Parts: sequence; C-alpha cells; structure tokens
Amino acid sequence: MTRAGAGAAATVCLGAAVALHAAQDARYPSPAIDRPELLYVRSGDTIKRLALDYDAFAADVYWIRALQHFGGERTAPPDHVRDYALLYPLLDLTTTLDPYFSIAYRFGAIYLGEPYPGGPGRADLAMTLLRKGLAAQPQKWQYMQDIGFVYYWHLQDYKSAATWFQRASEIQGAPSWLRPLAAVTLAEGGHRSASRALFGQLAESEEPWLRDAARLRLRQLDAMDVIDALQARVALYQREHPGEPVTWQKLVAARLVPSVPVDSAGVPFIIEATGRVTVARESPLFPLPGQKPDNSS
Amino acid sequence: MNAARSVAIAVFKESVRDRIFYNLVLFAVLLVGASILMGQLTAGQDVKIIKDLGLTATSVFGLFISIFVGINLVSKEVERRSVYPLFAKPIRRSEFIIGKYAGLLLTLMVNVVVMTVALYTVLFFLSRGVSPNVQRAWDAPPIDPALLKAIGLIYVDLALVTAVAVLFSTYSSPMLSAVFTFGLYVVGQFNEDLRRLDQIVGGPAAGIVGKACYYLLPDFARFDIKLAVVHGIPVSAGYMLWTTAYAAAYVAALLLGACVIFSRRDFK
Repeated sequence: MTRAGAGAAATVCLGAAVALHAAQDARYPSPAIDRPELLYVRSGDTIKRLALDYDAFAADVYWIRALQHFGGERTAPPDHVRDYALLYPLLDLTTTLDPYFSIAYRFGAIYLGEPYPGGPGRADLAMTLLRKGLAAQPQKWQYMQDIGFVYYWHLQDYKSAATWFQRASEIQGAPSWLRPLAAVTLAEGGHRSASRALFGQLAESEEPWLRDAARLRLRQLDAMDVIDALQARVALYQREHPGEPVTWQKLVAARLVPSVPVDSAGVPFIIEATGRVTVARESPLFPLPGQKPDNSS
Repeated sequence: MNAARSVAIAVFKESVRDRIFYNLVLFAVLLVGASILMGQLTAGQDVKIIKDLGLTATSVFGLFISIFVGINLVSKEVERRSVYPLFAKPIRRSEFIIGKYAGLLLTLMVNVVVMTVALYTVLFFLSRGVSPNVQRAWDAPPIDPALLKAIGLIYVDLALVTAVAVLFSTYSSPMLSAVFTFGLYVVGQFNEDLRRLDQIVGGPAAGIVGKACYYLLPDFARFDIKLAVVHGIPVSAGYMLWTTAYAAAYVAALLLGACVIFSRRDFK
C-alpha cells in the first residue's frame, strides 16, 4: 500500500469510528443522572506537595473549578437540588496552594455567606476563609472590610461589623470612607441608609464581581423600600376587607396599586397568605435579608 | 575550549534537527488558546492565570527538554559508538562533557527566550483595553518586568537539572538516568522536610541524616519565585544572586563529577 493510500485508509477508519460512536450514543442515550461533583483530594497540604513547584498553577485550576461549581449550582435548572458543598473545600485548596490569591478569599466572603439557594449560607466558612487570608497577609484591609461585611449583612452583628471596619480603616492605604463607615455602622447599623453607604462604596470597587454583588445588595435595598410602600397598601386593604385573602388583582381593582408591581428584575412581588409582601423565589433578588430560603411563593 | 564550543554548536544543531523547538508551537497554541478561554472562566483573573500558565509551561517544557535530552547527551554517543572516532581527535573528555552541557543550555536558552517573548506578547494583547483603574486593583502590572526574575530562576533551575541529567548520563542507561534525574528533582522540592526530619521522624540521628541530605541534595524549591512575582511581592537582587551562585557552584560540582566519571570510562 502506498503512503497516500495508508493515510486515506486511516482517515476512513477514524471517520468510521467517530460515526459509530455518534450512532451508538443516539441509539443508547446516557441516562440524565444528576450526579454530585467529586473532589478526590481535600487536603491542601497533600495537593501542595503533589503540585511540586507548580502550586500557583494548581491554585488557578482549583479556582476555576470553584467558579464552575458555584456558577453551575447557582444557575442550574429549578428541578436541580442545589448543593454548594464543594465551594468551601475548593476555595480552601485554592488559598492553601496560593496564599496570596486575594480574589479567592473575597469571592468566598461574598458568596459563601449568601443564603440558600443563591449560595450555601455559610457565613462561618466565609469568616474562616477571610481569617486565613489575614494570617497570610495581616495588612490586607480588604479582608477586614469583608469580615465586617459578613458581620453586617449575613449575621446582622453591627457592633462586630463596625469593629472590623474600624480595624480596616487603621491600615495604611485603606480608603478614607472606611472610618466614617465604621461610625455609621455603629450608630445606625441595620438602617438602610447605613447599608446603602456600605454597598454604595463596594459598588465603586474595581473588581467586577464585587461590584455586581454590591449592586445586587443595592437592588435588594430598593426592593425593601418598595415592599414597605406596598405593605402599607396591603394593610389598608386588610383594614377595609378584614379576613379576606389579599391578591394583587384585588388591590388593582381597589385602585390601591396601578398594576401588579414588579421588582427591578421584572419579577412580580408576591403576597404571602399572611399578607406579607416579599420578592418571589424566582427573582434574582431572592432571598432578601431575613427572608427564609424555603419561603415559597 | 574551541573543541567544547564545536561540541556545543553540534548539540544545538542536533536539537534543531530533532525538532525540539516544535514544543514552542505547542506553547504558543496553549497560551493563545488559554488567553481566549480565560476571560470567560476566571472572573477577571485572566492576566494572573496567563502569567501562571506561561511560567509553568516554560518550566515544564524546559524540564522535559533538560531531562529527556540531557540523559541522552552522553549515553547516546557511547551507545552509537560515535565517541570512538571523536576521541581520536584532539578533544579532551572534559571538553566533550562541557560542550554537550553548554549546547543543551543554548537550546534551553533559545527555548526560554522565545517563550518569554510569547508570554509578554499574549499579556500585552490581553491587557489592551483594560482600564487603568482595573489594572490598579491587580497585584502586579500585566507587562511586569519582574516576570523576568522568575523566568531567570527557571532557567537557572533548568541548568541545574541538565547538569544532574548529564552526570547520570555519563555512567548510566538513559532510562535509569531519567528516573534518577526526575527522582532527584522531586526530592529537591521537599528539601524543607529533610531539614525538619528530626521533628517528623524523631531522634537526633534522623536530624543529622536529614540535615546532611538537606545540604547535599540540590534544593530545587529555592528557584521557585513564580508565586511571589505574579503577586507583585518583591524578590530582592540579593536573593537572585545567592540562588544563582548556589546553582553555579552546584552545576560546577556536578560537571566536574561527570568529567571525572567519564574520564575513567574505558573506550578502547
């Protein structure tokens, strides 16, 4: 056989193999099993040794995996049971391999504390990760600010939040707005104006993901303002129609609201059986602070 | 030294003939492909990850060349019996060893230089259009001259690995030389553990053995400053000099050992 003939035969055989593969897949489709992700090695020290002196690159691989895991779970179809169990181990491995990987700590601070279904709702792990970052870089005011943020938003512990904002403000190079933020947090912690001040500053961040997270918080605060106004209309309706279930259609008919109100994502607000107004589960703003993740519409 | 230079040039030409530089194409494809993908995958960390990837690939490709070409440098000549006519000419065995080593260093240098240019080019294109405000939030600038420090120590690291491979190549088969060289490279990554062996194993004897191994075996871990450089952590000129001087002394010791061993081999 000539060389050209052998090459052509090899191409034909490879084409046949590909066609058979595709045909077999079509005839025997794989069952759509919702398999949990696996993480074979969880020890950072072990991975660090296995990575030899390529630990920075190994950290990047685990970082990409953490993003894929978080994004995959967060944007999965509604029938998928969201499970963020690997988020902390992946971020822990990333930061063990590369202790200066700032974004991994800060991303963890924002998203580990995020309540289910938007995140695992583990503010404690967010704090653990940030303290690990501070052990590696004690002068990193951003981590202190993020710890303050976790105390503020997820734990509603405004005194601790103010303490951490104050500590961050004392670090050389920290922005000037941190000191007044600490004072406002201590004086008005939990007030929306204080929250707006905090997230207004974070929304100016250079990190796009941090900006996006802060903007989401600002939209949630706006939604809470709207909900307060709507709640007053619902209360008015309930006073006039005691014991009657409240719906938006009834409020529209009673001219208490012009139309079914929607949040900034375009998803209609809901009225629970108790008459409480809140954002719908389908809304990207769900859950608002204090709103239980198992809250159903 | 003219003889050593001729041998070195011959080794370099042989590398070109053996298509060793094809790895540069793979490197370029890897970097360009990764730079396209990274923006989608890494939440704004594409420049950092391209730096990591570029430095890692420079080191890994160099390591493969150092080991797999280095182990054949001498043993292949012996197996092919091409050393017999060579030593009939006015060339000393030490010149032969040093020429072989220098030739491979030249190959590695061309490789590393081209990879460095490719890395900076990709970083330039990747950072174009990124606003200065965003760049200020990064640990280090995208076109960071400090990367050259990491690349410099990668090259020094490869020079040491090559010297180890050449030493083993003078008296062992290529397969065993590869195993020994790679083994020593791995052990050299864990030198810090050897220093603390008494704490791990317990007992003063373990401490003495551990310390002896710590000082005697090549400490490859100290050439790794990739992480520091990528995060903009300063690496002092003193550290660079000490590390390079350490490598130079070690390479000299290995090459002298290789010359001694090779000079005692009987080719008659």
